[in-house]
Amino acid sequence: MGDTSKTLAYPADLKYVKTHEYVRINGGEAEIGITAFAADQLGDVTYVELPKPGAKLKNEEKFGVIESVKSVSDLFMPVAGEVVAVNSRLASEPELVNLDCYKEGWMIKVKLSNPSELDLAMSAEDYKKFVVE
Amino acid sequence: MTTAQLKQTPIASAHKELGARMVDFAGWYMPVQYKSIMAEHMAVRNKVGLFDVSHMGEFLVTGADAQKFVQYMVANDINKLNKPNMALYTQMLTDEGGTVDDLIVYRLDQGYLLVVNASNIEKDWSWLQENTVDFKSVALRDISEDTALLALQGPSAVELMARLGGDAVKSLPSFSYATGKLDGINAAWGRTGYTGEDGFEIFVSVDKAEKLWRKILEQGQSFGIEACGLGARDTLRLEAGLPLYGHELDENTSPLEAGLGWSVKLEKGDFMGASTLRAQKQLGLSKQLIGLKTEGKALPRQGYPVYDGEKRVGTVTSGSQGISVGYPIACAFVPPAYCQPGRKLQVEIREAKVEGEVVSKTFYKRK
Repeated sequence: MGDTSKTLAYPADLKYVKTHEYVRINGGEAEIGITAFAADQLGDVTYVELPKPGAKLKNEEKFGVIESVKSVSDLFMPVAGEVVAVNSRLASEPELVNLDCYKEGWMIKVKLSNPSELDLAMSAEDYKKFVVE
Repeated sequence: MTTAQLKQTPIASAHKELGARMVDFAGWYMPVQYKSIMAEHMAVRNKVGLFDVSHMGEFLVTGADAQKFVQYMVANDINKLNKPNMALYTQMLTDEGGTVDDLIVYRLDQGYLLVVNASNIEKDWSWLQENTVDFKSVALRDISEDTALLALQGPSAVELMARLGGDAVKSLPSFSYATGKLDGINAAWGRTGYTGEDGFEIFVSVDKAEKLWRKILEQGQSFGIEACGLGARDTLRLEAGLPLYGHELDENTSPLEAGLGWSVKLEKGDFMGASTLRAQKQLGLSKQLIGLKTEGKALPRQGYPVYDGEKRVGTVTSGSQGISVGYPIACAFVPPAYCQPGRKLQVEIREAKVEGEVVSKTFYKRK
């Protein structure tokens, strides 16, 4: 941990936002989770509260809550969309967020309402600069 | 505040080397975690953990009236320390019976050593100074700056201590104190702690602290030792039912209200704050600290409201995942009418009322 912000991974095929969520685009769908930086800052995740499929959420709207032993934070939409799936494994294995935030620890899948919003999101390189500062 | 303005313990550079996440705790640059709070918590429960608690304060009280003075300033009966090298847990109170700080008093060959909370060092020092006026011969010395403090805690702490300091350390009784060498380094240690496990708190001069820290970690490897931060210290103490100043104790809270009546000796004679405590005992308390076990996974945290149905009855003082017990735990102040174990109360967590049950504050008790 400690000053790991320089060594954490930020896959190049994802988009990132300032509230530390990532977006993985798959056609018209996006997979959303939190970044390695956010997971590292939170420490041991104990609980993830997610919306129900069907929820229509705006960009930057709160979509859930993540709790660790240390703290509790809101989760924010990096894009607008309708929730089509949630990672139900997180209910019993919230630690997946710490172990593998970009794959097993994904949170929700949404159908994008306005894909052009993603133009404003950061690249991996920009996000890395953002968190190191 | 920038890191440059924070006070550092003599071990700060070793913490960074270990990859600790450092935070501002009461003006100190302290490690909150190294690997993970859960891993560190479990190491202390199952093996052994080492904490740097050098931020804590140490005061020496000497002089012909030292005994009378300390006896007047704390709520426990220090005459129970009937020979040197014994220690007890107690609180210093305000005139009105609120808690100035909680502390450990060690009886030394000459005088007493008071170990106080880092966040209260200056306040405690002034409070003690101010009150020496009624005592002819009392000398106070703040040795906090010269003294480092390490806590070695967990079921393997005693075996590891014996490896460093010889087999004699094994027979040191709980709340007793000894001096000697640990792997060649002069130190003093009490069989005390803040985790609910067996262990030691080790006093060492600041110039030897990092060396001792490294030696303990090195010798502790075969025991599965982990360096532990303030995060695990907090989850461990809460699970063991130990109060934290600023949460369960403050100047508006008496030790009786905080459930520490076992450490208050009203029959010992006059002492600071005694009249309020006597009145509380006679007339009853207006609030009392309870343990709460809550359902689900959302965690009750400090400041969250406690309800009995529609009625707000109290506030959470500390809350966390009970890492060893496996469910969310909290302490809260409520009127005595809501204190019976088994009583159902609710904690409001983000607009939802989560069902809880009053239980013993000692959520975890070592076997």
